[in-house]
Amino acid sequence: MLEPASGHPYIPSTEPNVRRELLQAIGVASVEELFATIPQHLRFTGPLDIPGPLDEFSLRQAVTRLLDRNRSAGEQLSFLGGGCWPHFVPAVCDEVAQRAEFVTAYAGEPYEDHGRFQALFEYQSLMGELLEMDVVNVPTFDWAQAAATALRMACRITGRRRVLVPDWIQPDRASVIRNYMDPDVEVAVVRVDRRTGQLDQADLAARLSDAAAAVYIEVPSHFGVVEENAAPIAELAHRHGALFVVGVDPISLGLLAPPVRYGADIVCGELQPLGIHMYGGGGLAGFIATPDEQRFVMQYPSRLFGIAPTSQAGEYGFGDVAYERTSFAQRENGRESVGTQTALWGIVAGVYLALMGPKGLREVGTTIVQKGAYLRQRLAPIPGLRVPRFLGSHFKEFVLDFNGTGRSVADINAYLARHGVFGGQDLSADFPELGQAALYCVTEVHAQQDLDRLADLIGAALGAD
Amino acid sequence: MPNLKPGRRVRQFHQARWDEPVVLELSRPGERGVLVPAAEPDVAAGAGPVESLLPAAMLRSAAPELPEISQPRVLRHYLRLSQETLGADLNVEIGQGTCTMKYSPKVNQFLIRSQKLMDLHPSQPAESMQGLLELTHRLVQVLRQLSGMDEFSLQPGSGTQALYAMASIVRLYHRVHGEEAERTDVITTAFSHPSESATAAVKGFRVITLTPGANGLPSLDELRRVASAHTAALVVANPEDTGLFNPEIAEMTAIVHKAGGLCYYDQANANGLLGITRAREAGFDMCFFNLHKTFAAPHGSGGPAAGALGVTERLAAYLPVPVVRREGATYLLDYGLRHTIGKVRSFQGVPQAFVHALAWVMSLGAEGLREVARTAVLNSNYVASRVAHIPGLTVPFDDTRRLEQVRYSWQDLLAETGVGSEDIGRRMADFGLHYWTSHHPFVVPEPCTLEPTESYSKDDLDEYIAALEFIAEEAGRDPDAVLGAPRRSVVHRSHADEWFEQPDRWAITWRAFKRKHPSRDGVGPQSPPAPGP
Repeated sequence: MLEPASGHPYIPSTEPNVRRELLQAIGVASVEELFATIPQHLRFTGPLDIPGPLDEFSLRQAVTRLLDRNRSAGEQLSFLGGGCWPHFVPAVCDEVAQRAEFVTAYAGEPYEDHGRFQALFEYQSLMGELLEMDVVNVPTFDWAQAAATALRMACRITGRRRVLVPDWIQPDRASVIRNYMDPDVEVAVVRVDRRTGQLDQADLAARLSDAAAAVYIEVPSHFGVVEENAAPIAELAHRHGALFVVGVDPISLGLLAPPVRYGADIVCGELQPLGIHMYGGGGLAGFIATPDEQRFVMQYPSRLFGIAPTSQAGEYGFGDVAYERTSFAQRENGRESVGTQTALWGIVAGVYLALMGPKGLREVGTTIVQKGAYLRQRLAPIPGLRVPRFLGSHFKEFVLDFNGTGRSVADINAYLARHGVFGGQDLSADFPELGQAALYCVTEVHAQQDLDRLADLIGAALGAD
Repeated sequence: MPNLKPGRRVRQFHQARWDEPVVLELSRPGERGVLVPAAEPDVAAGAGPVESLLPAAMLRSAAPELPEISQPRVLRHYLRLSQETLGADLNVEIGQGTCTMKYSPKVNQFLIRSQKLMDLHPSQPAESMQGLLELTHRLVQVLRQLSGMDEFSLQPGSGTQALYAMASIVRLYHRVHGEEAERTDVITTAFSHPSESATAAVKGFRVITLTPGANGLPSLDELRRVASAHTAALVVANPEDTGLFNPEIAEMTAIVHKAGGLCYYDQANANGLLGITRAREAGFDMCFFNLHKTFAAPHGSGGPAAGALGVTERLAAYLPVPVVRREGATYLLDYGLRHTIGKVRSFQGVPQAFVHALAWVMSLGAEGLREVARTAVLNSNYVASRVAHIPGLTVPFDDTRRLEQVRYSWQDLLAETGVGSEDIGRRMADFGLHYWTSHHPFVVPEPCTLEPTESYSKDDLDEYIAALEFIAEEAGRDPDAVLGAPRRSVVHRSHADEWFEQPDRWAITWRAFKRKHPSRDGVGPQSPPAPGP
């Protein structure tokens, strides 16, 4: 344990003379003396079976060889979505996401990290325009956690401890919400209409009381259905003093109304569609937005960057708004907890919105809607298929119902896999009431020939039986 | 000191200053930053107009007021903002103690840009992501050995989320054992990270904070007094944020176990311990490692990140799902844990951080990891031996050796010169060096926490120390020079208190700023800048 290893490129001070100099300055004879406070009975002296050391070239080869065993959704046709989606990522988004300053920054002050503060304030501002809301936070972990925190915020604002959520939402999100509500907030589920895929308003009315802190819905829903009765739902929630919390896919908002227009009090959702690669789920990042009222602002656990003058005229200064509410300032008396979340993705989402502008967002939304409609048209004639499973309008995703075909989704997906296609997500385990059904995702990355190919393959798979 | 030009005591630094408008001010109608794929003519014709495909009541009536900017101008704007960000690569980043700002190797950043990872969908069949699953499994084997824990979940997206997951396991464990109602307390220490208390509170626990004794450590007597049938768990860091290693940690976990509580370990401060001492020998039931700190994944301006959560066999069934398992030559995701807390983050966590962490480990090997710990502790003790001589700075609890970091105090300097720790931080920016005070509450008055890690050479450390010496001396000679800092950073001191604490003045978005401050109230130029170059 005493002898330094030979020089390593990541560890400058292994050279024996430097080592000696450091030890002399400290006034000890060996590094071991510096560990004297760790008692022997706590020392680990066993062997470590750990790979390496490798030189950089060999490391690159070894890790590349491992990753090469993946076959990603970018390398073959894929219709997987359901909380993480394939979208076009502009090269400028990648360029900014790779800037070493942003990649390696962390907790710098508003002076030397002025650019990081400005980029995140701009992200908040661009999302604010998209959502027509005056307060947006520095990003949370993902939509799931953003939704959970939005609901806890609603509880703190109303002083109530019951939230109403649809019975059909993305399973991971449902699990995270339940976890974050446990033990002090009751999660009541409201039925989604089995025919329309929209929230069952009669069921909502029956379950809603003056004990509810929030009613939560998503637009589009996990099954891609665009809720048509959002405004009446908001009205119903407000009549009982509950807040209306809406989860959205922000890439839909060039076309769809921002939730504040139909009565939302708190909006949350997922940033990954906005110029961020999927990274096997590592591209997720959540957002929360509210009006600029103290009762909302003071209940955010997140950091909120604000703009202010500096001591020099003409400058923009940035910094933390109402920092005292956070757990950094108040530990267990702060609002929930704050810490490292997904700030880099906030910066990148800002770049995406700046590139896309109002036209780009409207266009990408249009492409997504039209391509989804086209695929459904292509699938519709196939005997036994029910497409889409739910009546009404869809954005980006829809449920394809195989119950009338006598075939399982697993079976169909295995057939598609043999032809180099990832079929839609099998819903049969998480939503057994749907039987054999799959969630198909169509975005701007799918070309007409991809959609035709899928339709042909599914037709062939069913015809071949 | 070869880090500086001959004859220089401190660096003659000036940060980039681009004086950029806010991005929304760059809008010039008609410009655009990117073209997006349109539906092919047959697709568009078949589908029909988009308005016919969506409910009329849900259509957006007015386009969002996003800016219209050409691509080169967007790029230039963000590159300028990046230049106005110091970041760790450009900095002798030892001033952010507790956060282990070590070098994040570029080869690892290169590896995560593989299409095999970037375009991977988290719900792909396991057979199509064997590479990632094997890599994850290998990393878990490394973490098991370094901690002595039996099983790991890599799902939490940070140390705070790992702490949250552990607090969730504590609650569920006592629920399963029929003791949830009486086990109401989580015990922590004053020098542990704020997230330990905060996440326990979110899970509905009462937080008991042990106060440090004269030696800076919690006392066993106080722990014995508060440990009871109400104790749900103990959560501590060791070394704590003071850098003091608690040699009685095994006695502490034994006291809590005897009372029927669980013990979980914040290993954010593990950089001086790798291969030297472990969670298991100290008696912990759970621990986590920050892959973005100890294991060299980048901090990303504040994430994405990963808090790898390890547990002993008896808590393995409580982990978040899924966990990665190996069966013969194949890897799979196992959702079937009997008492799982469910999920704390969607899907499987942040795979980029797993790649970074395993690649970093492979570049070092077992002996290299121990060398990391030894060098981090050596560097920290070197810095301590030097800065202890700076007039105005004291080292609280000075009679005990520290490991990888030390919390110092500038209380004496403040008393003598009126210059405190925050002032020093602003002045350090003038030398191109980041400096941070410490987490609240300031148990140590006027604190700063330096954590040199293994990544910095003696010359790097000397440069940082020389800047601190210079400022401490300047504080005596010319305190206003420090109090008025920064002067060579991107911007000057902002009027934080008046603006950021007052609801009628704070502005968290540009639209809120325009609404609340139509005449700008001193922010930026007094008439809006013209768009363009």
